[in-house]
Amino acid sequence: MLRIRKAPMLAGALLILVFPWIASRVPAISHYPDLMVFAGVYALITIGLSLLMGYAGQISLGHAAFFGIGAYVSGVLTTQYGVNAWLAMLLGALAAAVVAVAIGAPSLKLRGHYLAMATLAFGIIINIVFREEARWTGGPDGMVGISGLTVFGYALDSAGKYYYLVWGIVAAVFLFTVNLIQSPTGRALRAIHASEAASAAMGIPIARYKVIVFTFSAVLAALAGSLYAHYMNFINPATFDLFFSIKLIIMIALGGMHSIWGAIIGAIIVAFLSLEWLHYFEEFEIVVYGAVLLLVTIFLPEGLSGAPAKLMARMRR
Amino acid sequence: MAAESVNDPILEIEELVMAFGGLTALMNINLRVPRGKIKAVIGPNGAGKTTLFNIITGVFPPTEGLIRFNGQAISDRKPHQIAELGISRTFQTVELFNSMTALENVMTGRHLRIRSPFFGCGLALPSLRRQEKSLKQEAMALLDFIGLAAKSEIMAGALPLGERKILEIGRALATEPQLVCLDEPAAGLNETETETAAHLIQAIRQNGITVLLVEHDMKMIMDISDEITVLNYGEKIAEGTPKEIQRNPLVIEAYLGQGGGFEIG
Ligand SMILES: Nc1ncnc2c1ncn2[C@@H]1O[C@H](COP(=O)(O)OP(=O)(O)OP(=O)(O)O)[C@@H](O)[C@H]1O
Ligand SMILES: [Mg+2]
Repeated sequence: MLRIRKAPMLAGALLILVFPWIASRVPAISHYPDLMVFAGVYALITIGLSLLMGYAGQISLGHAAFFGIGAYVSGVLTTQYGVNAWLAMLLGALAAAVVAVAIGAPSLKLRGHYLAMATLAFGIIINIVFREEARWTGGPDGMVGISGLTVFGYALDSAGKYYYLVWGIVAAVFLFTVNLIQSPTGRALRAIHASEAASAAMGIPIARYKVIVFTFSAVLAALAGSLYAHYMNFINPATFDLFFSIKLIIMIALGGMHSIWGAIIGAIIVAFLSLEWLHYFEEFEIVVYGAVLLLVTIFLPEGLSGAPAKLMARMRR
Repeated sequence: MAAESVNDPILEIEELVMAFGGLTALMNINLRVPRGKIKAVIGPNGAGKTTLFNIITGVFPPTEGLIRFNGQAISDRKPHQIAELGISRTFQTVELFNSMTALENVMTGRHLRIRSPFFGCGLALPSLRRQEKSLKQEAMALLDFIGLAAKSEIMAGALPLGERKILEIGRALATEPQLVCLDEPAAGLNETETETAAHLIQAIRQNGITVLLVEHDMKMIMDISDEITVLNYGEKIAEGTPKEIQRNPLVIEAYLGQGGGFEIG
């Protein structure tokens, strides 16, 4: 999973590039670029989260909170204080980074799943803040009137245009992450994953690396939140609840924990499931996710990105 | 460290106590490791040898006592800080990065000697790529030194035990330590492999690196160590040259009491 080949990357980039054009020719899927905006937003979060889970070996049950911090910082600062949207996005990311260090530093020093506990609690608390601090957040009803984004005066006022912004950012983050994995930092992370005792004996500051990865993943989630807020023009606390944190874990499990590709594939599939294909199930949606998670862990522990290799092995037998 | 001279011991341990709940694994241990020598620590199973290594390398803090490395107290440091100071180690149960190649294991051992800035890594800066290239060459040179150059691309987990043990020593050397602690480098090895390991340890000393060696293979111990300390039930019962230790009645008794594992070849 280390060698990330150029060919699939180019193919993926090309597919992303031409997809809106294809969708516009086929009436049945003409609204898919809109869904893909959400998929891209999710993918930004899952890329960071898969780095955290697959390499640092840690689980976060509170990434919806960082997603929400980005969205609300953008929403509040742009609508109530007239701050520039891009600056607000930066401040949202900064806020997430500060919070991530504050949560991560103490809980990642300890061995075990303290981060999962800490993020779980944090996610619940933040959601209460979103609901209760109605002066700023609009309370449970949410906040409306968040503006769209403009790039050098050019308004990204359609799904098609926003699609390219979001997926452009996903591509940049993907490249960054791929570079990272193949660098000394990535090697240190893989070493930590293989043996913490030996990594420490080689002078690798384990806790520091884990905090860095956690913070990176939180920043990406906040960025995703800002992009979400400016696309929807409306946010409410329900979007950023515990269920969404769990959905993110499902995306990672579905795509494959040790693969950045998997993170993106998982995000796309869950986006389409939850926004399009599972509408009919309504409150039973959660049951379907449970079933998907169960099936994947039993039959595809490596996730979908591990499926081709598994299939090949089976055919050779 | 101006006061540091070749005559000062590289490592000094004073009145070291380690208690795990009710069990005292080490009792008032005093130990000096002379610079540039091979110092062996022997003793029956459960004597506290690995515990001693764990304390020296910061895995857990001692209950009592002081450890000085190059004259500097180090008993409150974390493992990665100890490594930074120049102490490296291997583990009794080999702790390689199994899913990484032999080369990558050694490259990881050079972590302290390279730069790995987070953003620089993500942006694949040219300076870091160049660093990666020379890092690979350095790691290959080290693999060559330990005789595993031909295995560079093999996953560490797939190597036979003898080579895994040697590779782990190589990875420890990659940190460029002043002191390397080897926990039973010959355990599970056959005669030829043990000889290879012994030669390697002597070569390490020739390179000016001090070796602290825990081992059960008495022939190897007697052949290559300059000084031996014997532990039994957490207490130091003897210290001296290999010749002195072989004659020491307390040592012979400690080993005989355990079923007579003390054979001197
Ligand atoms: N982390 C720990 N917690 C509790 N007890 C421990 C711990 N580590 C070691 N001990 C105990 O301390 C004693 C010394 O163990 P240690 O591993 O240091 O012995 P050793 O001399 O290395 O033995 P061997 O030759 O079998 O490797 C043993 O009784 C062991 O059970
Ligand atoms: Mg031991």
